[in-house]
Amino acid sequence: MKIILKIQRYNPESDPAPYFQEYSVEANPNERLLDALMQVKRFQDGSLAFRKSCAHGVCGSDAMRINGKDGLACKTLVKDVVKQDGDTVTVEPLRYLPVQRDLIVDQKDFFEKYRAVQPFLINDEPVAEKERPQSQEERMAFDDATNCILCASCYSACPVMAENPAFIGPAAIAQAFRFLADTRDRGFESRLPVLDHPDGVWPCQNHFKCTQACPRSILVTKRINQTKKMIEKHRAEGKA
Amino acid sequence: MYHHYDAIIVGSGGAGLYAALEASQRAKTAVLSKLYPIRSHTGAAQGGISAALGNVEEDKPEWHAFDTIKGGDYLVDQQAAKILAEEAIQAVYDLENRGLPFNRTPAGRIDQRRFGGHTRNFGEGPVRRACYAADRTGHMILQTLYQQCIKNKVAFFDEFQVVDLILDGTTCKGLVAVELATGELHIFAAKAVLFATGGFGRIFKITSNAYANTGDGPAVCARRGIPLEDMEFYQFHPTGIMGLGILISEAVRGEGGILRNRDGERFMARYTPTLLDLAPRDIVARSIMTEVRAGKGIRGDRKIDDYVYLDATGLGKATLMSKLPDITSFCKTYLGIDPADSPIPVLPTAHYAMGGIPTDVHGRVVLDDKGTLVNGLYAAGECACVSVHGANRLGTNSLLDLVVFGRRAGRHIGDYVKQADPPQVPTSAADPARAWIGRLTDGQTGPHGGHIMEEMQTGMMEKVGIYRNAKEMQAAIDQVQALRRRYQSVRVQDRSKPFNTDLLELIELRNLLDLALITAVSALNRQESRGAHSREDFPGRDDTQWLKHTLAYLEGDKVRLDYKAVDTSIWPPKPRTY
Ligand SMILES: Cc1cc2nc3c(=O)[nH]c(=O)nc-3n(C[C@H](O)[C@H](O)[C@H](O)COP(=O)(O)OP(=O)(O)OC[C@H]3O[C@@H](n4cnc5c(N)ncnc54)[C@H](O)[C@@H]3O)c2cc1C
Ligand code: SF4
Ligand code: FES
Repeated sequence: MKIILKIQRYNPESDPAPYFQEYSVEANPNERLLDALMQVKRFQDGSLAFRKSCAHGVCGSDAMRINGKDGLACKTLVKDVVKQDGDTVTVEPLRYLPVQRDLIVDQKDFFEKYRAVQPFLINDEPVAEKERPQSQEERMAFDDATNCILCASCYSACPVMAENPAFIGPAAIAQAFRFLADTRDRGFESRLPVLDHPDGVWPCQNHFKCTQACPRSILVTKRINQTKKMIEKHRAEGKA
Repeated sequence: MYHHYDAIIVGSGGAGLYAALEASQRAKTAVLSKLYPIRSHTGAAQGGISAALGNVEEDKPEWHAFDTIKGGDYLVDQQAAKILAEEAIQAVYDLENRGLPFNRTPAGRIDQRRFGGHTRNFGEGPVRRACYAADRTGHMILQTLYQQCIKNKVAFFDEFQVVDLILDGTTCKGLVAVELATGELHIFAAKAVLFATGGFGRIFKITSNAYANTGDGPAVCARRGIPLEDMEFYQFHPTGIMGLGILISEAVRGEGGILRNRDGERFMARYTPTLLDLAPRDIVARSIMTEVRAGKGIRGDRKIDDYVYLDATGLGKATLMSKLPDITSFCKTYLGIDPADSPIPVLPTAHYAMGGIPTDVHGRVVLDDKGTLVNGLYAAGECACVSVHGANRLGTNSLLDLVVFGRRAGRHIGDYVKQADPPQVPTSAADPARAWIGRLTDGQTGPHGGHIMEEMQTGMMEKVGIYRNAKEMQAAIDQVQALRRRYQSVRVQDRSKPFNTDLLELIELRNLLDLALITAVSALNRQESRGAHSREDFPGRDDTQWLKHTLAYLEGDKVRLDYKAVDTSIWPPKPRTY
């Protein structure tokens, strides 16, 4: 079928402001939207800039806004976003991160917030045996949070970011939760200053937009709420 | 811009990050990567990492080493395979200790499962050797190593693409790279350089590899006079999603999935009665193609793109959800089926380069059959050839290769830079790269790369694929040579400097064309069938003439071939049956 890709373009060297450009492509309904973008890039307009790599939803390169929804171009099929021949798909860069060129955004803030939660196992105790054993239940407690590919779809989908750009955002909290809920980790106290902070977990108002956007099916909002509870429990124990 | 480091690591997949963790403890180190580190294709690895932990049943490193050698059809350097199998155990414990969330046994230990070609007691039957984290083992390894790099404050240059290597005779002096954000050329002067740039499945049309897997490290090295080893051995994984090439991990068969032809027959029972569906990949891929050619594919039309079924309906929803969740999700997203209810249509997909930059067991790059080293130049991971995979890699041995040899290379670099002199690199070292880019961007009109890429990928898939013969390989060589000539007049369509992905893709295209040529020439010359290299015109393995590694030197438009001995010091070669 023929589809129209309406893509936001911006080149800092020559464009005063972003604008939309339309491309007509022949696409199979079962193809990925990324395949359609590649058609444009390879055979129509080599100057179209976007990131991509794995092409099957595991590397997090090609998060963008597709018909106003945040997600991965390689995990979105053409038939999911157009109904019939001649339909238009609008493609824009993610929100709340500066656009550097076309669909490419500057991920610096996003990664800085990620790094701020100390996303690594904190445990200086010597390992008694060869491995640190963990029951199957303990392992599953943080399972979905380990799936995060840092694509920033949730960040762009979060309504709180619009009001409070300093909010560390859903992905960073999910990443923190991944360690807080790991029985092998001892880093709760050292992560607390970043999480229990006016720009930490508290700005989240349970809009659930992150959970809906997440291409890795992480229950992001639930993990944020669990993190809040851990902090509240810690406070209560501190007072008692 | 001009930078000075003790050590530069090129690539931030499993091999690069592990090397960086080690090297950065003792030397001023930076990692250059054309992708953000966590976007590297190691993150796509699914099934597992092998180590004879013996957590669920008896296992020994000796068995693991033997399986690796036999799986590689005896083209494996045996002492290297021994190191791989022995150091596997500590490597996996290190990853666990650093936070990697492996699946657990009921006793809380790292769980293990079956994988193709991994056996108990020298081939008696399948053994549970693959340590895994659902079907996201690579993702977890990449995440864990990146997390450790953050913890240890490793320096990164993200989205820097290396385009040239600076050599002075047989001493490495540094690198030239393009910064994506600005389009500027940077010189990195360094005492030691490690290439860990991953695979190059993108020379083929149907592949499990990422767009970024364009073999930049091997191609840059080849153009600087370094040979590439055993390039004719390219692995086709038996089970890619029909049409797309997206990988369906061997773990599906490890957990009990069965390959079936149009009659519903478990055809692997005819080919490998002992290991059945868990035979090594080269054998399973050939068996699928044999079925398809015999009209036993699902459509039955004997065409090259006919397919077979991978039947995972017997596994049950619970196993699929806990052990193969991503595979389940790929099937739902891209095929609209639930593998718990319907069989998965699969076809072999270009997957893994056994060949690459020749190294010793410390990751040092070796120039010839005499073992001459390039001082300060290292390689590790899929772009390197140690050689522990020989003519056919076993599943789960690549992730292991990354951590074992990535670590070894990183450590060796830490020692090496202490006694090496700081390199003096003139700014003119970037001139060849500047001239190349200058030509691509000189404003003239020329063909764009898209068609050249497509023709190369289709040609290589059809003519240098699973079954090969002299006539077709010669045709592939002629075609690639013609495409390389056409490349001489390609030009960018994007004329700006910041984020010029068009330019970077044209640079990658040249790398792919050079590697396609070297692959085809190496393949044409090897007149036998061994591992992944199967020739219709030379169907048998020929140890008298061909038990040797290929070394291919790119010399302008020509590829010169040389050979070197294989280390068979532990187990003498035997016929390979399963
Ligand atoms: C789908 C899939 C599943 C797999 N499953 C398994 C499995 O279960 N078990 C197993 O053992 N193996 C598996 N493999 C194989 C294994 O994952 C790979 O061989 C391995 O991850 C390669 O790692 P690497 O570190 O060598 O390279 P990669 O992880 O590919 O990293 C390459 C790095 O080099 C960088 N780079 C490349 N070119 C340049 C340049 N010019 N300049 C700067 N940087 C550059 C990239 O940015 C990237 O960071 C699988 C492979 C695939 C494709
Ligand atoms: S939580 Fe989900 S949406 Fe957010 S960055 Fe991670 S994978 Fe992307
Ligand atoms: S390209 Fe990797 S997630 Fe889409």
